[in-house]
Amino acid sequence: MTGILGNFGRYFLLMRRVFSRAEKKKIYRPLITDEMIKIGVQSVGIVALLSFFMGAVVTLQTAVNIESGWIPKWTVGYTTRQTMIYEFSSTIVALVLAGKVGSNIASEIGTMRISEQIDALDIMGVNSASYLILPKLIASTIMFPFLVLLAMSVGICSGAIIGTMTKAVSLNDFIYGIQYDFDSYGIVYSLIKTVFFAFILSTIPAYHGYYASGGALEVGKSSTKGVVYSMVAVMVGNYLLTQILLL
Amino acid sequence: MIQVKNISKAFKEAQVLSDISIDFEPGKINFIIGRSGQGKSVLLKCMVGLLEPNAGSILYDGVDFLNMDEDQHKAIRQEVGMLFQGAALFDSMTVEENVMFPLTMYSTLSFEEKLVRVNECLDRVNLVGKNKLYPAELSGGMKKRTGIARAIIMNPKFLFVDEPNSGLDPETSIVIDNLIRNITYDLGSTTIVVSHDMNSVMEIGDNINFISGGKVEWQGNKHDLLKSENTALNNFVFASEFMQEIKENLKR
Repeated sequence: MTGILGNFGRYFLLMRRVFSRAEKKKIYRPLITDEMIKIGVQSVGIVALLSFFMGAVVTLQTAVNIESGWIPKWTVGYTTRQTMIYEFSSTIVALVLAGKVGSNIASEIGTMRISEQIDALDIMGVNSASYLILPKLIASTIMFPFLVLLAMSVGICSGAIIGTMTKAVSLNDFIYGIQYDFDSYGIVYSLIKTVFFAFILSTIPAYHGYYASGGALEVGKSSTKGVVYSMVAVMVGNYLLTQILLL
Repeated sequence: MIQVKNISKAFKEAQVLSDISIDFEPGKINFIIGRSGQGKSVLLKCMVGLLEPNAGSILYDGVDFLNMDEDQHKAIRQEVGMLFQGAALFDSMTVEENVMFPLTMYSTLSFEEKLVRVNECLDRVNLVGKNKLYPAELSGGMKKRTGIARAIIMNPKFLFVDEPNSGLDPETSIVIDNLIRNITYDLGSTTIVVSHDMNSVMEIGDNINFISGGKVEWQGNKHDLLKSENTALNNFVFASEFMQEIKENLKR
């Protein structure tokens, strides 16, 4: 219990350092741009690929499970839209990015710690926490919403393509379904969750990397911890935000 | 000048440093020597602010480092250069970017002016033309020399060097030693070197502080060292038969 509380305390103290005594803006600009490319642009492929298959699977499963004369076929499009917008685009994409981006952040900062690069920053008088973590946090907060919007679009489009190709649903029914009772708040809800997830996915792995000690083995362990704890935090946050924003 | 006064440091139950007091003179190369695990690196980390001592004070030109406010800390850090054991170069940056980094953070020079200064420093450490290489493309000696160039780019008043010759061949070690000596005398900096390497100590050491069991066991210069009757010091310095032979010859 002391360990968990100790970790919480240390995490919040680190966050305070991240936001205090930041360096000059011109120092951060190129760092943020680099991180936006690493975290955002380089994740476009994997997000698009996974979203394509998620949308396709949701469409096919829904079509198979509602084979009843009482339920209209456009329900397939409706369900795909709701699932992709409300849950899969934000939460599943966050879990995927925890693996890709989270492990990268933890191992990068962890390696800097054990090779004394963070000590070098501190000795030069640079706020190492802010210099290393803030650009990743800002880049994630900017780029994740775009990735989620991409996931929504690709998932729904793939549902239409695969649903039509397999004749699980006609294109007209699918399009009617995705337009039926549309509420744009669903997108807002998903984007709010995404900003929260971006914070978690950039800071928790960074925390584990920042306090790594020892050698390569410990960097590996800190990377694993960073990914696992950020996934747990995403799921807990997902539940809390859903309760707050939807009920 | 850096003065360490009555510094003590413990990690949980383990007392690593006990009541250490040393004056490090400006314009001289001050060595801290001792066996592994005796607290040399802990003392160095306390002096540069990476660790907080449990007791005592550290004075940079008479100002207490441990009681400085943020602005004073930031100012003093711009006068500090440090060469790490593994050089601690930033992997994602080229040699040029690494050396330029302190200027990027603190100076108002234009890029061209900064580049001139970087090239001066690279010239000094004999790395001309290596600007665009990444640390992964450098040998151990080149990494150390890049680390030295980064450490001196701001003309530091205080230069800290941690195990400068670890992992280097004897010839490269001499190159690094000579660089440390020339820089110290040119800049007049207070240079503090933590090392096991007795060749370096005898070659460039002005003042020598021998630490054993977390305490200053012996202080003096290299001439005193050869004549010392301190058992712990002699056991460390003349550990090998070869070194004992040298001592016997010197006595004769």
